Amino acid sequence: MTVLAQQLLLGLLIGGLYGLAAAGLSLVFGVMRVLNVAHGELIMLGGYGAFWLATLLGVDPFASLALVIPGALLLGAALYWSLFGFVVRAPEETRVKNSLLIGFGLALALHALAVRLWTADERSIPTSYAGAVLTLGDVSIPLVRLATLAVALVLIGALQLLLSRWRWGKAIRATAEDWQAALLTGIDVRRAYLLAFALGTALAGAAGALVTVAYSVSPSIGLEWTLKALIVVVLAGLGSMFGTFVGGLVLGVAEAASAATFGGPYREIVGLVIFVIVLVVRPRGLFGR
Amino acid sequence: MLEIRGLEAGYGDVRALSGVTLSIAAGEIVALLGPNGAGKSTLLNCVAGLVTPWTGSIHWDGEDLLALDAHLVVERGVALVPEGRRLFGGMSVQDNLELGAFAPRTWAARRAGLERVYALFPVLAERRRATVQALSGGQQQMVAVGRALMASPRLLMLDEPSLGLAPRLVAAILEVLVAINRAGVAVFLVEQNVPAALSLAHRGYVLEGGRIVGEGTGAALMADAHVRRAYLGPLAVRRP
Repeated sequence: MTVLAQQLLLGLLIGGLYGLAAAGLSLVFGVMRVLNVAHGELIMLGGYGAFWLATLLGVDPFASLALVIPGALLLGAALYWSLFGFVVRAPEETRVKNSLLIGFGLALALHALAVRLWTADERSIPTSYAGAVLTLGDVSIPLVRLATLAVALVLIGALQLLLSRWRWGKAIRATAEDWQAALLTGIDVRRAYLLAFALGTALAGAAGALVTVAYSVSPSIGLEWTLKALIVVVLAGLGSMFGTFVGGLVLGVAEAASAATFGGPYREIVGLVIFVIVLVVRPRGLFGR
Repeated sequence: MLEIRGLEAGYGDVRALSGVTLSIAAGEIVALLGPNGAGKSTLLNCVAGLVTPWTGSIHWDGEDLLALDAHLVVERGVALVPEGRRLFGGMSVQDNLELGAFAPRTWAARRAGLERVYALFPVLAERRRATVQALSGGQQQMVAVGRALMASPRLLMLDEPSLGLAPRLVAAILEVLVAINRAGVAVFLVEQNVPAALSLAHRGYVLEGGRIVGEGTGAALMADAHVRRAYLGPLAVRRP
């Protein structure tokens, strides 16, 4: 019983990062109708960003978010200008095809770049507080992972605030609902796309930094994280960032439960099963509009 | 003020407008009549910048509107209430209205804009926090008109604002249009309810098969035999 509770708790903690990873993907997909299959690679880059800041400059990984997030924002803007900005002008069908091609190409390029810069080894960021644990009865909570969950929740809250209060945040939501109507109200929808993509990349970067401090990073984690994020987006549906976060928690717990019940290898399968069931039973997702 | 010359437009290979020429002067109410598929919406969408015409020109106060991105057309004072309203359904009434004032010129004055719209449609003030999806069709149409007014337009274009509304609400919406016009805003109205449209319009155009086939004052069009036969029904045709 204790073992199960412990595993479910660890699942919940990684679920927060699934939610954060998915929020960025959901934002980009909801606004631009473009599935960025390189989203996991952007997470990976964020992880290495924090890794470099920690090993080269000795920056605490949580403090490094203050640099990783703006850096990822700029990277996102650059990627939009150079690659994805051309896709959104195309009609729906070409848009989907071209964005997939660009995304896969970018994913391969970033993967190769990461191998070149950081080798294929797994890296993580050693901290003085890495082993700290909070004990509740028989269950022990690793403090670093608990902190990543809290930071993820704060970032989701900040995003939600930005989207509901900021002038351009409202413009992003309006563009997601109906880009032509957004044009009619005077919104420069290309700028809304740019901002959404940059914010999505910033969330990916933050998720990557948190993954690297609580777990580890290697050049090949991209695909895995793209898949997790995609499963959560389908599970939660579009339109609510807190819904996406909860979707991440659900996936994390479900993975832990299936690993505990059926054995470790089944951890990866439950997400795909959820994916199929949601698409069949409730295509708009748990919290989707 | 608005000058459209030789406008041709379509979708793919399908032609929707062939050589449309018309003009709207400051302060006018102009009705655009025509059957379904005549190209009325295409014409409005060309002016608003949502559809790029094949050839022809659209000038607004001497400026070439076709050279502008759609979001800048609103900023110049030309607003469209699109067919089917196209509101942001998941957002509140107030958010929808505020977004109507998104252009920098109007954003700073959005509070005053809101007051004006709430004065015009008091029921929206009561429901300002409600999600647009939760409103009735008539209230949604008020939000659509209000959102366009938030841009402080000098030309307000409306694509079938009465579609699907009860007659009482249609009359209310049209009354508001007259009030808006009295405040100096030109109105370009596509409307299924031809007698109502012509009774308040100064002038009108008849668009059929993508061509302008008739134009005149509201009263002249009301008396026109072709208009009466095509749009007012057999009972309206005067017997010899």
